[in-house]
Amino acid sequence: MNEQTLTQNSASGAPRSPASFASSSRWLLWSGIIMLCAWVLVPIYLVALGALGGRQGVYQWPKSFLPTGISLEPFILFLTTEGVVHSFFNSLGAAGITVALSILLGAPAGYALARYNFWGKDSYRLLVLLTRAFPLAILALPLTVSFIRLGLYDTVLGVGLIHTVLALPFAALVTQGIFLGVPKELEEAAWVFGCTRLQAFFKVVAPLALPGLVATAVFAFVISWNEVFAASVLTVRNRTLTAYLLTVLSESPMHYRFAGGLLLILPSVVFIFAVRRYLFAIWGISSK
Amino acid sequence: MTQNRPWTPYLLILPSVAFLALLFIVPLVQTLWLAVSSDGSPSLDNMQRMVADINFTNSLRNTFLLTLAVVPVQIAIALAMGTMVSKVGTGRETILWIWTIPLGISDLAAGLVWLSILQNTGYFNTILFSLGLIERQTGWLSYQTPVALFFAIAVAEIWRGTAIVMVIIVAGLNQVPKEFKEAAEIFGAGPWTRFRKITLPLIRPALQSALILRTVLAFEVFAVVYALGGRNFPVLVGEAYNWQNQNQNYGVAAAYAVLIMIISLSATLIYLKALKVDPERLP
Amino acid sequence: MANIVIDRVRKSFGAFQALKEVSLTINDGEFVSLLGPSGCGKTTLLRIIAGLETASRGDIRIGDKSVIGLAPKDRGLAMVFQNYAVFPHMTVYENVAFGLRRQKADETRVKAQVAKAAGLLHIEQYLDRYPNKLSGGQRQRVAVARALAVEPKVLLMDEPLSNLDALLRLEMRTELKTVLQSAGTTTIYVTHDQTEAMGLSDRIAVMHGGIVEQVGSPVDVYNHPATRFVGGFIGNPPMNFIKVPVSNGKVVVGADHLPVPREAGAEVVLGLRGEAVELSSLPQGLEMKVRVAEPMGSHLLLTGSIHDQPVRVILPASETVKNGDTIGLKLDSQRITWLSPESGKSYSAEMA
Repeated sequence: MNEQTLTQNSASGAPRSPASFASSSRWLLWSGIIMLCAWVLVPIYLVALGALGGRQGVYQWPKSFLPTGISLEPFILFLTTEGVVHSFFNSLGAAGITVALSILLGAPAGYALARYNFWGKDSYRLLVLLTRAFPLAILALPLTVSFIRLGLYDTVLGVGLIHTVLALPFAALVTQGIFLGVPKELEEAAWVFGCTRLQAFFKVVAPLALPGLVATAVFAFVISWNEVFAASVLTVRNRTLTAYLLTVLSESPMHYRFAGGLLLILPSVVFIFAVRRYLFAIWGISSK
Repeated sequence: MTQNRPWTPYLLILPSVAFLALLFIVPLVQTLWLAVSSDGSPSLDNMQRMVADINFTNSLRNTFLLTLAVVPVQIAIALAMGTMVSKVGTGRETILWIWTIPLGISDLAAGLVWLSILQNTGYFNTILFSLGLIERQTGWLSYQTPVALFFAIAVAEIWRGTAIVMVIIVAGLNQVPKEFKEAAEIFGAGPWTRFRKITLPLIRPALQSALILRTVLAFEVFAVVYALGGRNFPVLVGEAYNWQNQNQNYGVAAAYAVLIMIISLSATLIYLKALKVDPERLP
Repeated sequence: MANIVIDRVRKSFGAFQALKEVSLTINDGEFVSLLGPSGCGKTTLLRIIAGLETASRGDIRIGDKSVIGLAPKDRGLAMVFQNYAVFPHMTVYENVAFGLRRQKADETRVKAQVAKAAGLLHIEQYLDRYPNKLSGGQRQRVAVARALAVEPKVLLMDEPLSNLDALLRLEMRTELKTVLQSAGTTTIYVTHDQTEAMGLSDRIAVMHGGIVEQVGSPVDVYNHPATRFVGGFIGNPPMNFIKVPVSNGKVVVGADHLPVPREAGAEVVLGLRGEAVELSSLPQGLEMKVRVAEPMGSHLLLTGSIHDQPVRVILPASETVKNGDTIGLKLDSQRITWLSPESGKSYSAEMA
């Protein structure tokens, strides 16, 4: 009987403490959580107000925290500003190239790391980890010269390439974890029951690894979508959205800046929502 | 079967190795050479120009101060988040999702978000005004208010960069078996002791990689600063950007790049040494 | 259907020799178990036969054709894995049909074969389900059905029951025996569980340290272990080994004088199954000092010593022996194995 109550108590997280203390610590916990949620969400809400409030909204004083006087019009006006749509599609293009390249190049490497023991494996892992200790975007600086020579300067492909340098090591490490999560026995069973290695990969490994691979792709997308420095250095006319916003920042009105901020945030938030189940698994793996 | 075709793994890693060699190793070497050469012969001209530049000391100091202010706070908030969420049953998924939203937000966007709050007619001033703390609109982001600008940038960086630390730490916490904590509890350890003696040592690898990642990123701080303060608050990467794009001087820009690399690498090495992870002492 | 010849197969991983030189012939339609403790090389040998691992040296022939260098899919075999390896993204039907579809069998045949295999394993009602909705035992049935559906020449099983709980294991063991007997497939079965090996096999190959110590029928291996290791590994309690002096080619056991093989020297190891004794009296019987007597219900288990060497023997449950008693035992001389103290091998095995 006594034991029963003890275990029940510890299950509710407050062993041998009076009920009042338990509920007050519970209250403390939840107010902390709600505060931190507000800390994340309120600024986003406010920038949305700024983006949708137009010119009047920006100079309104004192400000209202309620969504009064907002409409989609200022945001649409911003979208139709010259260069915005163009740079939006450039960003999509660069991110698309980054996703394709980092999965195409990174996933095979991840598979090799997960399934084989080979001489040089540790050196390869070291190379991949080494990229993390470098401020990679900085490498865009010397690339300017060679990119001009190769005709890659000021192109979406050029930006995609340098963004792949950022995303590829990540993709290799994460896909290694994903492939390790597909039991080797399943693959062997496929071999025994009549598959070649390639067939086994596409019939058994790929379908099981797919959700993880999609999550990796989303991350590669976000990495590229958000990168500012390299994109700004490597483009002049074919700006990505971040590079465009950075260069027009000083001469554009406030509500345009907020609209730009909102436009940058929206896709990322959707993507993070899409991969939320994998976030922790992925970072658990890749932080090893 | 590995012995059957020993070249298979090499075939699989080859594309990524070639890619990284071309676009990571080569530019890395180029940067190094560009920084320590002038007109194709070794020289320290670029380094000297960098050091002699009027913004050099400021940008170096600002970057360091920002890193020192931002990284510990991020780690602390992330640990608090991780501890809190581990006590939550229902709603855990939603809370974690909300906390990870900034993970998808670029530093430029984060700068713009906080600009909407901290600009003259912004929400921060509105609150101060309604509390009677200020009488009129007050500027926080100009070169005349360097301390306020510093805090504004730090807050924006903390807001954006904590998510990644949180994710790494929660992933680390997820791997700590509950039995360890329960055992410690049975032997009479209080919450604080449990946290210090059980949790912290066991998530050391996660802490280490979070610290490395965040510190390297903190030395790269650029777009947040640019969005909030323009060129009022010089930082290292910003200087590199200016030398490259405005002054078209690739040599000095490379010198800045090399300096940032050296700082980042040293920080990484220091973390690796200071937080040595002994695999045998992990579960 | 096919026989399997394992011809002087060796395998090393770096400096570690997993298989030292293994030769074994498995007849057409025979059920052979590879039995041994973990690390003895039994799984490695099975994986080499399957083509999942490459032998460092030696030859494997299935149906008199060497399969060295052939991919697993070209060896005409099926396998049941330890963790079932049932594909989680396919229904039970698709799992069982997997091998057949790889062979490009037409759908009517696929359907017929799946129905037949599912019927044998009693999984007809689960065919539309996904494996994660099944229990461990049910998944095991799916894995076996998938293997039988392709009507393989050779069936390989790698500890297929080790992940099931004790009761289910017993049930599946009986069922496997029925199913496989009717299929008549040449089967190699890897296990560390001697009761599985004894219960299922036509012959058992006992492996230890990368070599095959003995091959024989379950009764043969049990009663006439070729080595000390085999006697100690098989049987519960394990065989007792008592070192005794030899005089004039005989060993004195209580009142009896038992002849020993001619090759024996001054001492010989007497291998004695725990149940090959009867209670007798002293001094006619062999003297045993009982340290602990444990009534097990079906029998009485005695732990103690003979000639100051530790032994365990089993007496009928009706006998009354207490802790600390000294008793006399009569040995069943037909069931004694004489082993060399030097090599640890039985004399009959050394001759053979």
